[in-house]
Amino acid sequence: MSDFIGDWHALVILFVAGVIPNQIWRMLGLWFGGGLDEGSELLVWVRAVATAILAGVIAQILVQPPGALASVPGWLRYGAVVVGFAVFMLSRKSIFAGVIAGEIVMLSGKWWLG
Amino acid sequence: MTVLTPGLLDAAGIRQPYAADVALPPLDSPQWQSPFRAFGWGMRSVGSTVLTLVLFATYLGIGALAHDSHFSLAWALASTAFVWAGPAQIILISTLGSGATIVQSAIAVTVSAIRLFPMVVSVLPMMRTPQTRRRHLILVAHLTAVTLWVECFRFLPHVPRERRIAFIHGLGCGLVCVCLVANTIGYTLAANLSQTLAAAILMLTPLAFLFSTASNCREFADVVALVLGLVLFPLATQLNSGVDILISGVVAGTVAYGVHRWRAQA
Repeated sequence: MSDFIGDWHALVILFVAGVIPNQIWRMLGLWFGGGLDEGSELLVWVRAVATAILAGVIAQILVQPPGALASVPGWLRYGAVVVGFAVFMLSRKSIFAGVIAGEIVMLSGKWWLG
Repeated sequence: MTVLTPGLLDAAGIRQPYAADVALPPLDSPQWQSPFRAFGWGMRSVGSTVLTLVLFATYLGIGALAHDSHFSLAWALASTAFVWAGPAQIILISTLGSGATIVQSAIAVTVSAIRLFPMVVSVLPMMRTPQTRRRHLILVAHLTAVTLWVECFRFLPHVPRERRIAFIHGLGCGLVCVCLVANTIGYTLAANLSQTLAAAILMLTPLAFLFSTASNCREFADVVALVLGLVLFPLATQLNSGVDILISGVVAGTVAYGVHRWRAQA
């Protein structure tokens, strides 16, 4: 059971660093949302920054891979993303097809490397 | 069964090739009289969206990521139930896992979460009635994330207004349950699988996120933000600031906004 819960300290950090900074925006939306114009310039900027941060997260996992992903060489990680993206575009933006293609490239590359 | 014209419900231009099949009772059906049944219909609708598969893959990856970053399973499940935003959870796990301080992680999480504000603002008017109090909408606001936001535009026109909150509670809770199961499976697999398969599960996260973000790009500025955000991150890591993601994100996003302004004037 203690393995399941782990360290209580980490759960406190989850709330301070994760839950509160995240929920605050939903609750602000609930409280003050009515008066905001959806097409306002501020929201265009916010959306662009949010998209770019998400892109940074994707890049971080690929460039500084966590755990088992670090056992896959860099060129193979990037190659899998490039091929997956090509399939995504060719399949009329099917997220599913892109993910499967990327996974196949990574797994077959890893298998080929032995 | 409701027959829909494809393309009728495009959520603000988001591509929904599967929008043609919403299997809900007609608006005037007695099925909608009980809020509990509306909740049930919401839960069942989890099975009729492709995005559920994408969410499943993402949360499989988050479970594996939590394991490989040495968090407990309860921690991973609590993060899904209480944060309920994939990007924020990944940022939290990857920043804390790579040694950032609580303040640095909190800043990165809160910036990524700003996008929830416009989502909540645009979703809530769809289910408000004159009798609705703000507290009735708290759980809806909590459940609002990109998947639910997209699905609201697809499903809600087929749900009577006074049952929409119950329906969304059902849909949202169903999606949370799917993701909790995915977390558990991903976490367990990462602990027990060969290194190759564990790597494959971790790889799901960047792939699923990249493609779902790319398919949400509506304007050229969104594309600029995505591409520049990917390219600038490796450069920003050279600064070793602890908030590298924040720096590359704000710079790339601001440039993309500049492009948007420039195109608007041209």
